Amino acid sequence: MNSLVPLPVLLPVLGAGASLALLHHPRLQRWLSLVVLGSVVAISAMLLVQADAHGPQTVWIGAWPETLGIVLVADRLAALMLLVSSIVTLAVLAYSVGQGMTEDEEGAPISVYHPTFLVLVAGVSNAFLAGDLFNLFVSFEMLLFASYVLLTLGGTGARVRAGTIYVLVNLLSSTLFLISLAVTYAATGTLTLAHLAQRFAELPDHVSLMLQLLLLTTFAIKAAVFPLSLWLPDSYPTAPAPVTAVFAGLLTKVGVYAILRTQTLLFPDSPLTGLLLWAALLTMLIGILGAIAQSDIKRMLSFTLVSHIGYLILGIGLDSREGTAGTIFYVVHHITIQTALFLVLGLVERRAGSTALMRIGGLARIAPLLAVLFFVPAMNLAGIPPFSGFIGKVGLFRAAESDGGWLAWTLVGAGAATSLLTLYAVAKTWAVAFWRTPLEAHEALEAIGDAESVPGHDTRVVHPHRGHVHTAQGTVSRSDIEEARRLGDDSEPERDFHTLIQDGDDLRHSPLGMVAPAAALVAVSVLLTVVAGPLYALGDRAAYDLHERTTYLTAVLTEETP
Amino acid sequence: MSVNLTLVLVAAALLGCGVYLVLERSLSRVLVGFVMAGNGVSLSFMAAGGPAGRAPIVTKDGPTGGLTDPLPQAMVLTAIVITLATTAFVLAMAYRSWQLNGHDDVQDDIEDDTIRRLALRDVTSEAYDATTSDYPGDDSSGDVNQGPDDDPLASTEEEVRSS
Repeated sequence: MNSLVPLPVLLPVLGAGASLALLHHPRLQRWLSLVVLGSVVAISAMLLVQADAHGPQTVWIGAWPETLGIVLVADRLAALMLLVSSIVTLAVLAYSVGQGMTEDEEGAPISVYHPTFLVLVAGVSNAFLAGDLFNLFVSFEMLLFASYVLLTLGGTGARVRAGTIYVLVNLLSSTLFLISLAVTYAATGTLTLAHLAQRFAELPDHVSLMLQLLLLTTFAIKAAVFPLSLWLPDSYPTAPAPVTAVFAGLLTKVGVYAILRTQTLLFPDSPLTGLLLWAALLTMLIGILGAIAQSDIKRMLSFTLVSHIGYLILGIGLDSREGTAGTIFYVVHHITIQTALFLVLGLVERRAGSTALMRIGGLARIAPLLAVLFFVPAMNLAGIPPFSGFIGKVGLFRAAESDGGWLAWTLVGAGAATSLLTLYAVAKTWAVAFWRTPLEAHEALEAIGDAESVPGHDTRVVHPHRGHVHTAQGTVSRSDIEEARRLGDDSEPERDFHTLIQDGDDLRHSPLGMVAPAAALVAVSVLLTVVAGPLYALGDRAAYDLHERTTYLTAVLTEETP
Repeated sequence: MSVNLTLVLVAAALLGCGVYLVLERSLSRVLVGFVMAGNGVSLSFMAAGGPAGRAPIVTKDGPTGGLTDPLPQAMVLTAIVITLATTAFVLAMAYRSWQLNGHDDVQDDIEDDTIRRLALRDVTSEAYDATTSDYPGDDSSGDVNQGPDDDPLASTEEEVRSS
């Protein structure tokens, strides 16, 4: 019994309510959110220390007798995920306060940003702490709902379009989740993970296989594992920079966490490890090939996000202590690094007016701090030694090596190839966006005949008939073109970076309030390298708990009668 | 455990209709599909709860046997509340989409769009000779060679290259 356990969920929920009540006091609202998230960081850190020293901390909410109650469990894995996610969300919140979400977005009901963000944090915390499947479902719904609102903030055309796909895909996965809950309850009469762990063993093989497949499919949609990952690169990049950052860092990882938890706790002798390994292979390779093909940095990073989910699934699919330890370390690394990159990208977009590679250049000289902030996590993502990305990949490869199967060795090869291709993708971005001069970028753009980049040539003036294409009963292709044009409108301004500089419009220096959180997160990602030894050992202990199971089960089941 | 066959059949029918509607193009139909599927799932929760019994309300001196399993009911209630919120949100989004585009169709994937536009560009690249085309039915080539002033397709060619 530990009264700290529910706080990472309760504080943000209460904070969201208070923040909604403070709609007309934006300054107070910001401080409230920052204080709430700051205390969640502190609480998570305490929980991690306690869980590591004294074993899993559990609370049965409401003191109901067995099977009726809702249990929250903070074991090593959950507490570690909580700590990382709360640090990341705090950084993102500070960044968005610095950006002044409240002023910059035109016509958006921006006062809802803070309450929604807090609900998102509560949902994520609840997902990590949930000790039963239904509570997990509820926390998924909490964080999804907050994410629907954040993704469609302002309701512009591009965001509604991206939001539609995102919402529908997640509705589908929620429906699947509910179906699997109903079937699980019918088969076992409980949804508490600790009870399920015991009762699944008694089920006939085919029943438990079906349940496992249902749960895996559900979580794989959330985690964006390959055949179910195609929604992600379409929906994430359109959101505001801090929102994309927090989505990229956390939401898919919650899915990965759910897969890890259910696979180790409920299905210790899983017959599906081969399937998971194949999924990991395809996720890695297809994701990174998509990333190479992109010409917009945001979309490129979204594809690398999908691709690197493959590494996490690889560790889970190996179904060994080493593999799980590798996954836990990699997940910590990847949450930090992906969020940091998207935050820095927000700064790039602000400085250069765009994230389309064609339109920017010369940032290394013009904004050296920005260049460093991009370069460090980018190299980390690609797995250059000595960064944590390298350590995580080595850990996973060694786990695969000790597994020894041909599929595991194939995955080592694919993982190395993915790492190199990631390096290629970020190096291309670096060379184009940071290294060449803006003038070169401008000339290259002109050379391929993009009349739009020439100052004074506003396309809407040159081609006045475009307005008609949309409203007229044109052919399918015409309306599609119009649609694609509107999509482009959000990300591609008429002037490229060079023109902006010439017009003297590039003076939007990044405010300290935005740079500092991004820099802090980059520093945290570098710090992960420094503390890699203890952190990896912690992950290894967590992995031991997960595979041994008895620590978790005794902690939950003996706490049953409070 | 005995299963109420009627509940299962109704749930299956609702889910089937729901899936059919989800495959539609218009967002409001998709939403109706999800609501139907959600109701089907709720019914299957009821079926999962075992045979019907008395209302699960325990009084101080009343009997405690023969109660319906209360847990699935609590879960269904939660699910219904969530479905309600989802419905409201998706309806708002469909309305916004209608405001912006004049329809609420779920739109194409951006990658699909890009690939199609790339294909269009390929058809009209300089290397392509419309007169020696092996595909007599392919009139898109003639369409696009008209010049920038007449055809919006031509102007988008430039954007394709830039993006």
